[in-house]
Amino acid sequence: MSWGYLLRRLAQLVPTSALILLVGFALIHLAPGDPVLALAGEHGDAEYYAFMRAKFGLDQPLHEQLFTFVANLAHGDLGTSYVQGRPASQIILERLPATLLLTATALTIASILGLGFGIFTATRRRAWQDTTATTVLLATYAAPVFLIGQALILLFALGAGWFPVQGMTSAVTPSNGFSHAVDVAHHLVLPALVLAAPEVAVIGRLTRVGLLQELGSDHVRTARAKGSPPPMVVGKHALRGAVMPVVTVIGNRVAHLASGAVVVEVVFGWPGMGRLLVDALRDQDSPIILGIFLLVSLTVMTANLITDLIYVWLDPRVLFS
Amino acid sequence: MRRLARPAGVIGATLTLALICVGLLAPFLAPTDPRAIDGPSLSPPTATHPMGTDALGRDVLSGVIYGARTSLITVSGVGLLVFLIGITVGIVSGYRGGWLDDVLMRGTEALQVLPRFFLALVVVAYFGPGTDRLVIVLGLTSWPLLARVIRSQTLSLRRRDFIEAARTQGASDYRIVVHELWPNLLPTVFTLMGLLTAQVLLIEASLGFLGLSDPDAVSLGYLASEGQRFLRVAWWLAAFPGLAILVAVLGLNLLADSVGDATLRA
Repeated sequence: MSWGYLLRRLAQLVPTSALILLVGFALIHLAPGDPVLALAGEHGDAEYYAFMRAKFGLDQPLHEQLFTFVANLAHGDLGTSYVQGRPASQIILERLPATLLLTATALTIASILGLGFGIFTATRRRAWQDTTATTVLLATYAAPVFLIGQALILLFALGAGWFPVQGMTSAVTPSNGFSHAVDVAHHLVLPALVLAAPEVAVIGRLTRVGLLQELGSDHVRTARAKGSPPPMVVGKHALRGAVMPVVTVIGNRVAHLASGAVVVEVVFGWPGMGRLLVDALRDQDSPIILGIFLLVSLTVMTANLITDLIYVWLDPRVLFS
Repeated sequence: MRRLARPAGVIGATLTLALICVGLLAPFLAPTDPRAIDGPSLSPPTATHPMGTDALGRDVLSGVIYGARTSLITVSGVGLLVFLIGITVGIVSGYRGGWLDDVLMRGTEALQVLPRFFLALVVVAYFGPGTDRLVIVLGLTSWPLLARVIRSQTLSLRRRDFIEAARTQGASDYRIVVHELWPNLLPTVFTLMGLLTAQVLLIEASLGFLGLSDPDAVSLGYLASEGQRFLRVAWWLAAFPGLAILVAVLGLNLLADSVGDATLRA
């Protein structure tokens, strides 16, 4: 990989992170209402307000406040949650593992099912299976996540009773070690499937288009002419070229996954960051809201960077086009 | 118009047209006021209430129709902003080039990274829920993809012979952009607007589901979230609003796809 590209790409992070921080800072200050009233209550006297203003640095000029805001963030200090009275960063980090487990599982499911769907439909082009599968994928892509979630709960949790309706663990049986892992996995199946559904559609469609293109290309025709068995032609010769755009699209779907996770966590009562955010929105718990916004934004930014680098590493030609 | 003649295009156009008509004519189409108590509570779909009633005996069909109206208003507002900003930035950037292009594109890339859904959540948290602020925040952040694609198309079109010919004939920049460039950009614009508005529809639905929609308007997402509590006893409460969103998004996607396919093939 060329160092020039890497440096240029890293330099792009500067305006982007600046924009993210500025938006966060601006939203707090543009919002109606005086933060002092939220901190000190509405019945304090002027002297008390002045004291609180000084204590929280609200009497400083705006650019000084921005500087303090950024400096605190650099130390991972998001402020103290209004509701829980603990550092917001600590509360967010406690909820992070559940969300990571959910999204990572969903992404794994989506990759496997998406590639499977793509290969299945591309090798049966224009057959009824192709049409059916493509239609299903289109509908999945268009469906709001909560609809899929509610349908699966109705069918497999309330209906068939195969899976629990809500939560991450069963409250009844105190479990440890292996049985705990099985319990969590049992609760994880439905929410992970729901979060994966739109990604399956995206990956499946892209794989199908890529494979169809590759299957018509010269090197695949050569492989066929040599007498390679069809699974080998698809699996070894065609898939390699077709998978490239898929790899990069996964990186670019991080923002979508994160927003999907918020809704899925609410539908299934999954105790992750998304639920925390929704609770914080209800309580107007500003440090938590802002903290999650910044965390998600910076994660999306990093994921885009990694995706771009992988893309260049896989296919250095993009640098010259 | 021949482009739309394939089944997917016909379905897409029909569904999109249906969304627009239902949204515009909601007051005439809805059997009752969506907030009025109009029948027995939690009645399954019947002839008088084709989509059933909710726990308070309100007609679900009327709710879905007015919800579609809210969706249409949001999507149109966002679409208008996206169209104006995206087209302007894309054409100026691609046609002018130089430092202006650099500045505009760096800004566009930075903005593209901002997670729209979370930004909308934060705005609603600080400024309170409302359709107006939702339209503004989504409109101001949804255009980067459109601008980038329009820019790259403008860049490649700018060097084509027919544009050069117009320029040698002494056509003004305005004339070239409006009469030569614009007709060639139209299919792309149409496709991307379809895809982007479909995304906006889903975001609006998710916000409604989280209880962050305008409290003065009926929202499909909010209806679906109310239905969640009665999933065990009244599937229709969640199913119909959810399906309405699916149908609307599917229509926009199909319409966009069919135009896009035709453009790529041509």
